[in-house]
Amino acid sequence: MKILKKISILLISTLVFNACSNDDDNPAPVNEEEVITTLTATLTPNGGGTAITLQTRDLDGDGPNAPVITVSGPLATNTTYNVNLELLNETESPAESINEEIEEEDDEHQFFYQITNNLATFSYLDFDGDSNPLGLEFTVTTTNTTGTGNLTITLRHEPNKNASGVSDGDITNAGGETDIQAVFSITVE
Amino acid sequence: MLIMACCFISIAHSHNCNSKFYGEVHDFHDGLPIIGAAIYIETLDKYTTTDINGKFSVENLCDGKIIVSVSHLACETKRLEIQISGDTFYIINLEHHIEELNEVKVEGNRIAKLTKTSQETLLKTDVIERFSSFSLGDALKQISGVSSINTGNSIVKPVINGLHSSRIIVMTNGVRLQDQEWGIEHAPNIDLNTAGSINVIKGADALAYGGDAIGGVIVLRPSSVSLKDSLYGKTITSGHTNGKGFSLNSSLTKTYKKGWYMGIQATMKRFGDFEASNYNLTNTGLNSKGFSIKSGYKTFEQGFNLYYSYLNNDIAILKSSHIGSIEDLVNAINSQQPLVIENFSHKINAPRQDVTHQIIKADFYKRFKKFGRLQVQYDFQNNKRNEYDIRVGNDRDKPAIDLTLKTHTFRTSIKADSKSNRTYKFGLNLGYQNNFANPDTGVRRLIPDYDKYDTGIFAISNFRLNDKTNLNFGIRYDFSRIDAKKFYQTSRWEERGYDEDFGNIVIDDLGTQLLTNPVFDYHNVSTSVGIAYNIDENNSLLFNYGLSNRTPNPSELFSDGLHHSAARIELGDLRLKQETSSRVSGTYSYNRNSLSINLEAFYNHINDYIFIEPTGTELTIRGAFPVWNYNQTNAMLLGLDVNANYELNEHWLFNNKSSFIKGRDLTNKQALIDMPSFKTVNTLGYSNKKWLQLNTELQSELVLRQNDFPNNNFEVFIPTTEEMVLVDVSTPPKNYHLLHFKSDITLKMSQKTDLNIGLNITNILNTSYREYLNRLRYFADDLGRNIMLQLKFNY
Repeated sequence: MKILKKISILLISTLVFNACSNDDDNPAPVNEEEVITTLTATLTPNGGGTAITLQTRDLDGDGPNAPVITVSGPLATNTTYNVNLELLNETESPAESINEEIEEEDDEHQFFYQITNNLATFSYLDFDGDSNPLGLEFTVTTTNTTGTGNLTITLRHEPNKNASGVSDGDITNAGGETDIQAVFSITVE
Repeated sequence: MLIMACCFISIAHSHNCNSKFYGEVHDFHDGLPIIGAAIYIETLDKYTTTDINGKFSVENLCDGKIIVSVSHLACETKRLEIQISGDTFYIINLEHHIEELNEVKVEGNRIAKLTKTSQETLLKTDVIERFSSFSLGDALKQISGVSSINTGNSIVKPVINGLHSSRIIVMTNGVRLQDQEWGIEHAPNIDLNTAGSINVIKGADALAYGGDAIGGVIVLRPSSVSLKDSLYGKTITSGHTNGKGFSLNSSLTKTYKKGWYMGIQATMKRFGDFEASNYNLTNTGLNSKGFSIKSGYKTFEQGFNLYYSYLNNDIAILKSSHIGSIEDLVNAINSQQPLVIENFSHKINAPRQDVTHQIIKADFYKRFKKFGRLQVQYDFQNNKRNEYDIRVGNDRDKPAIDLTLKTHTFRTSIKADSKSNRTYKFGLNLGYQNNFANPDTGVRRLIPDYDKYDTGIFAISNFRLNDKTNLNFGIRYDFSRIDAKKFYQTSRWEERGYDEDFGNIVIDDLGTQLLTNPVFDYHNVSTSVGIAYNIDENNSLLFNYGLSNRTPNPSELFSDGLHHSAARIELGDLRLKQETSSRVSGTYSYNRNSLSINLEAFYNHINDYIFIEPTGTELTIRGAFPVWNYNQTNAMLLGLDVNANYELNEHWLFNNKSSFIKGRDLTNKQALIDMPSFKTVNTLGYSNKKWLQLNTELQSELVLRQNDFPNNNFEVFIPTTEEMVLVDVSTPPKNYHLLHFKSDITLKMSQKTDLNIGLNITNILNTSYREYLNRLRYFADDLGRNIMLQLKFNY
């Protein structure tokens, strides 16, 4: 009898366990919190003029659709542009800005910029607590070379900011994990 | 049939000394008389045997209480209290089926194989104890033909004849482990220290455990319990130089002559960052804690067992393996060493896994005279898996994966073994499983919420045709239904073409996401046939055929998203059918004096083999990623496993274990991915009982490069260098050769206490190497030298 009693207590307790966990409601959807869908770089010419925007926008994140890349217009030669980056998660409504998170953890993030055909140079305008660059704000200075080229913006999470060249914006030794890599085809005229 | 029975009878003195004690000795199973049973009366020093009818008689005894102790060579000892009053008649039932006696044991370790006609290997307690501080996968590699697929060195999944994960069944203490075994980075949630023996059955012939073990079955059984008043235990502790770790395992068991028992066992392991031969493997530590309690009542005729186990593993995953894009992967592959190498630490940081597995089990058995044995069992498992990624902001400490898998199983079986030359076993399994993926992770679910229902029935028969031949037949039917609720991105749903084929399962449209309710039913029939034939004293043969089916697992059906450590998008397929394996195998054993050789060969043809292959690339905001799709093909695997043992004399021993396997994708005419390469292990051992029972062993492990592999390399444009780069994810690492040393001595501390001291050195030469079946081989070398000191107390 003792045996039966023990077994039945066990059975009953597991049935109760089961009843609690079993729930016929539909699961709640997950809106991805850390997804960066949109990167917009606004290039404002020093000394006035029309701002140029570069944007990459991938509304389905890891989904099959490729990001939509737009460049609003050509850059001018021998001009310095002040650039502001805006990062958004547009899967949420209203869209959530990711800038704040990156600013809060500026020591763990860094943007890198590259351009082909020597069309321009870059310099950082914002820095973390250790005076290492962050790169949400920077300048692009075009040279007197005209032509087309690729401007690449890369965001690395947990890069080694002390590695050789990294604080000068050289990505070679940065390591870390790539969060964004956007390539814009631009023209300098 | 070897029958031998001895009865020890002691007699208390009394007045009437003309009484007769007489009776019959019967076989419990079939009620037949046991002939030639020896009966010895201790106090009177009288000795007799049963006659051709199993009858015995002892005369001129004094009245009073006597104790009859019935023992049976290599069998159960039975003690009876008998009141002699005048002429006294008794029927004594004896048990002679050796394999049944695992239920209750009296002296020594009598661990038997589970099958007679399968390719089965047994690992005994001493091997398990040697691997006390390691994982199940590490211990099983001692078996020729068993390898492992690893994620680092703490996540070790056993591979049997080239197959792993859902293609292997792991049974622990009678419970089929349900711990999200589908994932390659999901190691079995088993504390090796809960097992007293491990049986590995290659192929799907052991149908009682399930019909879908295309690779094989691993059965962990607890140490058997003695039927005597006793309290015993053991403690194993070890320290390791690599990982600066320790492990501690302790167990205590109390048994009673009447059959009651109770046991408790606990394990703790703590390791910091491991090291390869030239650098630290940053963030590879491990923190594991587990305990189990068991209790019950066991006699030969009936009994019950209650069991609970808890295991928590917190495993750090190599920091360098966390990458965000193909460019990161290219950098990792091109760099000869990990990109992050920090100083040693015991800390376990993200990425990491925190997995808790709990099992509750209750079973009851009863044996019926002249019929057989009935068993009923219920078990409940709760598997909680949290995986932590490197995240930002408020999500930093939130798991990226938070899954709870609950499984209820009811199983019952009847074994009819009243005739020793033919036994039948019938069984029924019912299972209900619920998976819950917590949406609070803020990451789209990797595995959706689902309910799964399983029903299985089987019939197995064993025939002993004569002294030389055993035959086995089995058949099994399984039904399973999976009822899932999964969100798809609308873009993915359309890209897969599901909108055309599965439009009717959409239950809610949220704009960018669709909620769907896939319900799939699978019917599977499995069969097995086996024959074992002893040619003569020295030579024997086994032959087997097994047909089995495996239902696609949730990962194969539903995967959908970016896999960080592999830098690839993995996509399941709702259209997958079950896969069907036909496996033919043969074994030849030679055993004579000092030489034994065991050759196991197999051919496994799998129709609709489910595998994952690259199908293209997709662009995301992080850059381009290769897409890997689950697909089906026809495949074949064939292989040969060798185990040879030669005792040069009473001290020296030589052993060779080798395994060779080849896997082909027959449809695409190419090699199968992730096939173990040729491996041969040679061991030279020396032991001397006079020198504190010294055992030493020098082992050489040679693993050749896998030259048969599919070429899944691809080219990708790297924006930062403005180059097209070939990403070499396919080329296997080079050959490697490792030397290991093992030794132990045993000190007798007291009558009941032993102390065993073991010194093991693995990778003595600190060779740097990478293993093809380690998923982190792109990022870092495998383990360097480890020196382990192990102390084992038996008390």
